[in-house]
Amino acid sequence: MNPLEKTTDEILRLASEHFKVPRAELNAGDDFFKKLGINSLQALDLLTRIEQHFHIELPDYELQGVSDFKTLAERIQSRL
Amino acid sequence: MKSFQGQTLSWQVSAGTIELVLDRAPCNEIGLAALGELEKFAAALESLQRDAHALIISSARAEGFCAGADLRELYERSQELRAAERASAVRDFLERIHRVMNAIDAAPLTTVAAVHGVTFGGGFELALTCDLIVADKMARFCFPELRLGLIPGFGGIPRLKRDTGNAVVRDLLLTGRSINAAKAQSVGLVSQVTAEGDALRVSRATAAQIGKFDRGTAIAAKRFIKPIPHEELRREIDVFCELFTRPAVEAGLRKFVESTDALPYLP
Repeated sequence: MNPLEKTTDEILRLASEHFKVPRAELNAGDDFFKKLGINSLQALDLLTRIEQHFHIELPDYELQGVSDFKTLAERIQSRL
Repeated sequence: MKSFQGQTLSWQVSAGTIELVLDRAPCNEIGLAALGELEKFAAALESLQRDAHALIISSARAEGFCAGADLRELYERSQELRAAERASAVRDFLERIHRVMNAIDAAPLTTVAAVHGVTFGGGFELALTCDLIVADKMARFCFPELRLGLIPGFGGIPRLKRDTGNAVVRDLLLTGRSINAAKAQSVGLVSQVTAEGDALRVSRATAAQIGKFDRGTAIAAKRFIKPIPHEELRREIDVFCELFTRPAVEAGLRKFVESTDALPYLP
């Protein structure tokens, strides 16, 4: 697994655990808003969990236009 | 009034601590109703503080401490008024909210904001009036006002400047980004970070600790170390009111109110 795949996998696991969606139902290309059924406030919650998990700061504006897990992983990867 | 149950908040005194709890769906947005009840609280504070050594402000909403000003109400009210009336109405609102914020800031008690989740805009400004901010690890802090063509208007800039370095103020204000509790603690804004859901418990423990010390000394110490930046607070109202009349603000408010964006809270 390359670093980006590993990061993507960790995000999927984090999202699955926190939003109680089975891991097997989540894929890298999924729209996380639709798949997780989350609103904007829950998205901020996910952002905080991601920051804590990866020990990074991820400014919200980095999420503009990002709605799938793989692109989110790319944003995170650029902070590692 | 030792206890009060309103439409947007409640308070009670217990074991020497005044607990003010915000509770207006969805996330304690501050509009006219909340302002009215905050004014009631500020007026009651003089008698409440005789039997208390601490004040804790917290939120009963799962979403967070407070998402700030009620932008929908602000937009709808501004649409009902002529341009000249809009400027006067917003100044009146700001002066009222500043009186409340100043009363809490200067209260002869140790004040603690127990925050979780969204602590944005006016909510962040309310937290900054307190002597201490205790944040659970899921709290996020933000001044998103620039995306509306505005600056924070409830006293946030002078209070943020009071508590932290200018670089942090510029970062938060000019990017409009939100920061988490750990980051807020690292820059000196947050006193303690707790486990999720534990901010109120830790705040109560902190209030109990504070209650052990001589109250007169604590009040003298607070007055000495925590100046109220009155001149800058007045200037902030002026700058906000100047900006508010600009077309960009009406457009920004309309965009927020009409947004179907998944992330309307983002800059």
